[in-house]
Amino acid sequence: MLELLWLPFTIDFMQQALITAVLLSVAAAVLSCFLVLRGWALMGDAISHAVLPGIVLAYAAGVPVVIGAFIAGMFCTIATGFMTEHSRLKEDTVMGVVFSGMFALGVVLFSFFAIDVHLHEILFGDILGLTWRDVWQTGLVALVSVSLVWFRRKDLIIHSFDPQHAKAIGLPVRALHYGLLVLLSIVIVTALKVVGIILVIALLIAPGAIGYMMTDRFDTMLLYAVSSAVVASVTGIVLSFALDSAPAPTIVLMLMLIFVLVFLFAPVHGLIRSKRRARYAGHVMNNPG
Amino acid sequence: MADVGNNQAPAGIEANNVTVTYRNGHTAIRDASFSIPNATICALVGVNGSGKSTLFKAIMGFVPLAAGTVEILGKPAGRALKRNTVAYVPQNEDVDWDFPVLVEDVVMMGRFGHMGFLRRPSKVDHEHVESALRRVDMLEYRHRQIGQLSGGQKKRVFLARALAQESRIILLDEPFGGVDVKTEESIITLMRSMRDEGRVMLVSTHNLGSVPQFCDHVVLINQTVLADGPADVVFTRENLEQAFGGVLRFHVLGGQDLHDDDDAREVTVITDDERPFVLYGENDPAAKSEKVPDKTDQP
Repeated sequence: MLELLWLPFTIDFMQQALITAVLLSVAAAVLSCFLVLRGWALMGDAISHAVLPGIVLAYAAGVPVVIGAFIAGMFCTIATGFMTEHSRLKEDTVMGVVFSGMFALGVVLFSFFAIDVHLHEILFGDILGLTWRDVWQTGLVALVSVSLVWFRRKDLIIHSFDPQHAKAIGLPVRALHYGLLVLLSIVIVTALKVVGIILVIALLIAPGAIGYMMTDRFDTMLLYAVSSAVVASVTGIVLSFALDSAPAPTIVLMLMLIFVLVFLFAPVHGLIRSKRRARYAGHVMNNPG
Repeated sequence: MADVGNNQAPAGIEANNVTVTYRNGHTAIRDASFSIPNATICALVGVNGSGKSTLFKAIMGFVPLAAGTVEILGKPAGRALKRNTVAYVPQNEDVDWDFPVLVEDVVMMGRFGHMGFLRRPSKVDHEHVESALRRVDMLEYRHRQIGQLSGGQKKRVFLARALAQESRIILLDEPFGGVDVKTEESIITLMRSMRDEGRVMLVSTHNLGSVPQFCDHVVLINQTVLADGPADVVFTRENLEQAFGGVLRFHVLGGQDLHDDDDAREVTVITDDERPFVLYGENDPAAKSEKVPDKTDQP
C-alpha cells in the first residue's frame, strides 16, 4: 500500500503532474482570496468559460493562447458591464447569458477550425501528458502572479474593502481592477492543461473560501488558502494514481473535502462553533445571572 | 469659531456653478454654487436623489464636471486627492463588516497615501494610528475584527481613519445611521473638536433635528443648491419646505390643541424619517404670521 502511494513520486510524468499542480494551485489560491472577498465567484466562472473562443481563435491564428484568452475574458466582462448598465437585468443574469453564449461559440468555432488539440483536453485538462516545458511555464506564471499579488496586496485589500477610500487617497483603482482581471485570465489559461477550464473555478474559489472561514486576518487567510490548495493537489494526485481515477477531479474533490471539514469544524466561523455560541447566548438570555 | 467673514484665506470647499451629467444623459446637479469656510461643520440636506452623493463625488473628483469648478482649500478638487486632503467616512450599510481586517488595519488604511511604494508602515504611521484610536476612544478594540463592533464603534473607527489620514476635509455619509442617541452625542463632540482644529466636515444627513444642534453651516440641495449659509439663517421652515416639497412629513399643533389658555403659538414638527426638527411659536416667524391648517401632511 505504502509503495503504491510512493510510486507516483518516482515516475517522470507523475512528478511533472505533481509539481505543476502544486505551482498552479498556489497561484490560483492567492487570487482566490480576492475573488472571494470581492464576490467575484461567478465572475471567475464566467471568465473561465468565456475564454474558450479566444483560445480556439488564438490556436487557429498561431498567436499565444494567453492573448486570445485575455481578449475573450475582457470581452466577457465589458459586455456584461455594458448590458447591465443598459437594461433592467441584474448583473448575474447578464453574466450567465454572456458566458454560456461565449462558451457555446467556442465549441462551435472548435469544430470549424482544424486544431491539433482535443476539446476534451481543453475542457478537462491533460495533467498526465505534461512536459518539463509546461512545468517551467506554470512555475513562471505562479512566480509572477504570486509576487505581484503579494507586493500589491495592501492596495488590493483597500480596493476590495473600500473602493471609495482607495480612490480618495489616489490609488490607481483602474490598474488594480484590470490588473486582477489580467492575472485571472493568465492563471485560467495556465490551468488549461492541468485541470481544464471547467474545473479551474474550484481552484479559484475553494481555497479562498477555506481561508475566509478559518480566520479574521487577511495574511492568515492567504496562508490557509495556499496550504489547503497544496495539500489538496498532492493528495489528489497521489490518490488518483492509487485509485486509477482522473487526477483533476480528484484534486477538486480533496479540496471540497477540506472545505466541508472547515465549514463544520472551523474554530470561530464553523457551523458547530457558531451553533454552540448561539445556544450559549440563548442559555444566558433565558437564565440571566 | 467659524470664521465666516474672513475673505483672505481660501474657503474649505468652494463650488462654482457645478453641473454634473452622467454618461446616460441624466443631469444629477445643475448650476450648484456654495462656499463652506474653514473650521466648519456643514450639513448637506436634501431628499434621496437630490444629488447629495453626486455632490460628494464631485468634491472628491470622481465624476467629471460638465461645467463649473470645485475648489478645495483653493486647489482644484482632483489635485487635493493626491495630497490626502479629503477623507471619506462611508455609511455603515456600504461596508462589508465580515471583511478579514482588524480595527487597527482599517485605521492604517488612512496612512497609505503617506507611505512608500511597498506600503510598509513606518514608526510615524503606527504613532498616528495609535493616537487616532486613542482619540476616538477605541484603542482597546484595536485587535478586534470590525464586524464585532457596535454601530457607534464602527463609525468611530472610520473617523479614526480620517484622523490618521490627516485630512483637512472630511465627508461623512449619514454618520448617525444605526447609532443610538448617546453615541450620536459622543460623535458630535468628537466632530466639534475636529472642527476646532480647523477641519471642514460636510455631513450628509436625514437627521433634521440634530442639524441646528451641531452644524454651523447648511447647504440645502435639490438638483441644485437651494440655499447655503450659516445654519441659523438657512435652516428655516420655508427653505426646508422648498428642499423637501411633499416628501417631508410635518405636523403643526395649534395653540388651542396644546394647552388651555390663550397662548396662540403653535408647535411645528418637521421630519423626513429620523429625529424631527421642532419649531415652537415665536422661534419661527412663519408659523406665527401665516394661517396654517391644524394638521397637514403637505404644505
